Amino acid sequence: MITATGTLRVYVTRIADDLLINAQRLAEYMTNAPELEEELAIANISLDNLGVAQALYSYAATVADDGRSADELAFLRTEREFTNCLLVEQPHRDFADVMVRQFFLDAWHLELWAALEASTDPTIAAVAAKAVKEARYHVRHSSGWVVRLGDGTPESGARTQRAIDSLWRFTGELTTGDNHDATAAAAGFGVNPADLEGGWNARVQQVIGTARLAIPEDPFQATGGRQGRHTEHLGHLLAELQFMQRAYPGLDW
Amino acid sequence: MSSANARSAREIVAAVRDPELPSLTIDELGILRDVRLEGETVVVSITPTYSGCPAMGVIADDIVAALRANSLESRVETVLSPAWSSDWLSDTAKAKLRAAGVAPPGSLSCPRCDSSDVRTVSEFGSTACQALVVCRSCGEPFPHFKTHQ
Repeated sequence: MITATGTLRVYVTRIADDLLINAQRLAEYMTNAPELEEELAIANISLDNLGVAQALYSYAATVADDGRSADELAFLRTEREFTNCLLVEQPHRDFADVMVRQFFLDAWHLELWAALEASTDPTIAAVAAKAVKEARYHVRHSSGWVVRLGDGTPESGARTQRAIDSLWRFTGELTTGDNHDATAAAAGFGVNPADLEGGWNARVQQVIGTARLAIPEDPFQATGGRQGRHTEHLGHLLAELQFMQRAYPGLDW
Repeated sequence: MSSANARSAREIVAAVRDPELPSLTIDELGILRDVRLEGETVVVSITPTYSGCPAMGVIADDIVAALRANSLESRVETVLSPAWSSDWLSDTAKAKLRAAGVAPPGSLSCPRCDSSDVRTVSEFGSTACQALVVCRSCGEPFPHFKTHQ
């Protein structure tokens, strides 16, 4: 049975998982950006994501009250226990992959945080009020790059289109809700992802259009991340992310 | 502990400097939200400028150390609401930033030559709260403490 408290933990953890896994993907790319300023930008955005994830994991740990700390949620859960969307775990081949993945996510977070500012849960509302300001910077940055790359040289345009073609199938999951989302929305602390689809879609269409790129016609959308069914890439990411805690249990700074 | 001690605790904490922007105290930056007493313990509330600000740990350590140097035990709590805004910087704080070579939030001009003919190189600078800007008039590269509302 789905209870409001159980759902609160699930709901908060999903959002935190998206942020943690994305922060790790960005961290992987930190020393590979095309210019120094971009490495700073990627490091900054990764850190913003990590900071919000930390606040939400702490809250999830408090709500669950099962003796697991925020660090344990991040470093000691298995692949099947992670409920991030499939988009954030997708690997990148080049800068276009990084920026397109980031843009899809930033556009989603902008809608999500704006809606969650009105959450009846004071902690979620406080995190959202803070995160929405950061998301505005993030989306300006990533959408700017999508346009510059897409409408740049033939090479950058082709690579950015390739990134959209390979990542588009993972975007539908962002706005696909399940029973937990419905419970969270009904209880007032969460929002139905489908309600945010219009705003997300409008922004994405506008930016991709300005970039002179196209959205794939294939309607297939992969899901399963929210239920812990992931693509093969998450396990490898977690192996690196969790290495220190697995090798040296209880390690602290 | 007497109320005189509470006042002095507040003064001690307010004088702690930001590790990334040492020209400013945490009070002037607007990240010091509250200093109160719980029995013999000083409880200090701080709020991050940005969610992932890595300086928060150092700031908390500095607060505890400053109070301990005055024989006061303390605990630091992080609060998120209300969300920090660059509007909380006082005019004095803005003047100090400018003197330290950092363009304060608000209308952007070069802290070296005052020209407003400047170019933003990156919206993400050496810290989360700063952008990287170059002056077209004198060539000075400088950080801009971002307007964050």
